[in-house]
Amino acid sequence: MRRVAKLSAACIATAALAVTATACGSTSSDNNTGSSPSGGGKGVKIGLAYDVGGRGDRSFNDSAARGADKAVKDFDGSVKELTAKTSDTEADREQRLSDLADAGYNPIVAVGFSYAPAVTKIAAKYPKTSFGIVDSVVDGKNVNSITFTEEQGSYLAGVAAALKTKKDHVGFIGGVDNPLIQKFEAGYVQGVHDTKPKVKVDVQYLSHGQDFSGFSSPDKGQQAAQGMLDKGADVIYTAAGSSGNGAIEAVHGVKGAWGIGVDSDQYNIPGLAQYKNSFLTSMVKNVDVGVYDFIKSVKDGKPLTGNNVYSLAKGGVSLATSGGFINDIQPKLDAAKKKIVDGQIKVKTHP
Amino acid sequence: MNKLTSRIDKERLFLGIAAPVLAIVAALVVTALVILATGKNPGPAFNDMLTYGFASDSQVYILNKATTYYLAGVSVAIGFRMNLFNIGVDGQYRLAAFFAAVLGGALTLPGWLSVLLILICAMATGALWAAIAGVLKVTRGVSEVISTIMLNSIATAIIAYLLQPGKLAQLQQGGTVVATKPLPSAAHFFTINTGPAGDLWGFIFVAVIVGIAYWFVLGRTRFGYDLRTVGQSESAATASGVSVKKMIVTSMIISGAVAGLIGMPTLLNDSYQFSSDFPAGIGFTGIAIALLGRNNPVGIALGALLWGFLERTTNHLEFQGYDKEILGVIQGVIVLCVVIAYEVVRRYGLKRQQQKVGAELAAQAAATTKKQEVA
Repeated sequence: MRRVAKLSAACIATAALAVTATACGSTSSDNNTGSSPSGGGKGVKIGLAYDVGGRGDRSFNDSAARGADKAVKDFDGSVKELTAKTSDTEADREQRLSDLADAGYNPIVAVGFSYAPAVTKIAAKYPKTSFGIVDSVVDGKNVNSITFTEEQGSYLAGVAAALKTKKDHVGFIGGVDNPLIQKFEAGYVQGVHDTKPKVKVDVQYLSHGQDFSGFSSPDKGQQAAQGMLDKGADVIYTAAGSSGNGAIEAVHGVKGAWGIGVDSDQYNIPGLAQYKNSFLTSMVKNVDVGVYDFIKSVKDGKPLTGNNVYSLAKGGVSLATSGGFINDIQPKLDAAKKKIVDGQIKVKTHP
Repeated sequence: MNKLTSRIDKERLFLGIAAPVLAIVAALVVTALVILATGKNPGPAFNDMLTYGFASDSQVYILNKATTYYLAGVSVAIGFRMNLFNIGVDGQYRLAAFFAAVLGGALTLPGWLSVLLILICAMATGALWAAIAGVLKVTRGVSEVISTIMLNSIATAIIAYLLQPGKLAQLQQGGTVVATKPLPSAAHFFTINTGPAGDLWGFIFVAVIVGIAYWFVLGRTRFGYDLRTVGQSESAATASGVSVKKMIVTSMIISGAVAGLIGMPTLLNDSYQFSSDFPAGIGFTGIAIALLGRNNPVGIALGALLWGFLERTTNHLEFQGYDKEILGVIQGVIVLCVVIAYEVVRRYGLKRQQQKVGAELAAQAAATTKKQEVA
């Protein structure tokens, strides 16, 4: 009796699977035709897919958000923002982009290299929509790859750190030890050693491999920074998304120690105002410029495509001067910058 | 007599369905309250979830996700049936997928052979990794909960060490993503093209086979009987001649081997390589799904489909202006409600049973006294 019941249950389940497998009915994009995007603007409709952390990370994503905000203001546009989760799979990222494309957003900007495979796939499916991807290179007629020479900006951060350290001991905290963050490390270490070979550089990554928590764990950032300060480092450069908020908190607690911010000019971030006098400078990665340029190009009807590298020479990366703490060493920084721009110094991209 | 058994079966069936229905209704109510508390109207949200969730491309997405989740649920459930808490499924499948991807990238064999080798490699890696925890438990008495959690971290570290350019991986275009060498196209598993709705992963058939095998081995073989006995009472199992230690190691190995398959739908049907953004954390999802499905092969399938449905539709809720955190709330509430509802229903059923047995005994006693009186 029970055996029969179980067998039939198994059969029903398989049948149900088979029925759904035929995927009956219309697709979600067919269902979607009536809906129009929210937001009042009638100009350009921008779709933004953020990386983990999203708007409000005071760093990388916020920089992209500034670019979009500026475009919304200048072009009377509207913006739709979606944010990645740490548990995302490829299908979730694809869904995010295709939802935006279905709803008629154009251009669509994917913020962060994890979107590269999804952009490759979805851009091919929506040839009339322009896609932008930050921090990675994707081939495609309708894709603009926005990349930055982080190692060059980090080199300058290294020069500043070497000139400002009193104990000849500095630190680098990376979010995750992936190739992108290793560019920051490589440039920074080279900058420090080219300026003062005897300065010791501590390097620590907050998480490894598949574990991306290092980009969003202020507690880990704080512990790492505290550890370096205890060992005697007095300038700490943190490239770790919102984990940097924890690092600067630790640095702020030690008199005479400096932190170097990343991606945004963190001296001017309202949420970090109480620590702002501890930011020696920030290695600003002008994601906002890249995003704004791209949106503008789409609005003008000439969408950017290919790989647009925002280098030191083009102002894609730079050192922030807010607070005036590096004014005294500015001539030396300018000299280093000139050497990089002229090609006299080749900055390594891998440590 | 015949009438009686059919009546009891009906009641059992009712009790069996009551628990998950109760849980899902309770979860819906709590979710509606949460949405109301954020100042939004839950009605359109649920409506959107239904229309969007049943669109054809959503169905394909849900089935593809459920394939992975089903394997995760079964892998965890094998341990559960034995009273073993295999939290290490997460590390087991990631390590397995990584080594399988490395092997697959290096192979130049006819398609079916390389797919077979990749699957064997994945299952063996998962099994070996899980066996460490099993052996530690029987020889050193280390709790498998502790050892598997630690093995998860070790797996993460091993992958991070080997997934570097120049070791077992290479740098992709753009210089930001490291991945293993892509599988040759011959080693791709088949997919079913459903037109505009997308590709349905062929691995779903493997998942169904695993489900049938799970049901058969646990319910219809001597081994499965021994395994369930150990899970219910170790001393009773020992008394009936079952080697508990052997069963612990064996079931960890089987659980690990199934865990090795979890990454395979993604690897063989979707990404074709292992990169740093290979999905992580599915082992923990598997725990929730095994709980939801009460370790039952059909129940786990329903749980996996529900999970896929929730992820698909809540992704779209964010698009509609609701908070994306709603997904975590719904999933958490469902798991909590399921655990509570099953306990409530179990106690209610127990009470009913006691009452019924008591009534029958009383009736019997009354009958015998009557007989005695007559005699």
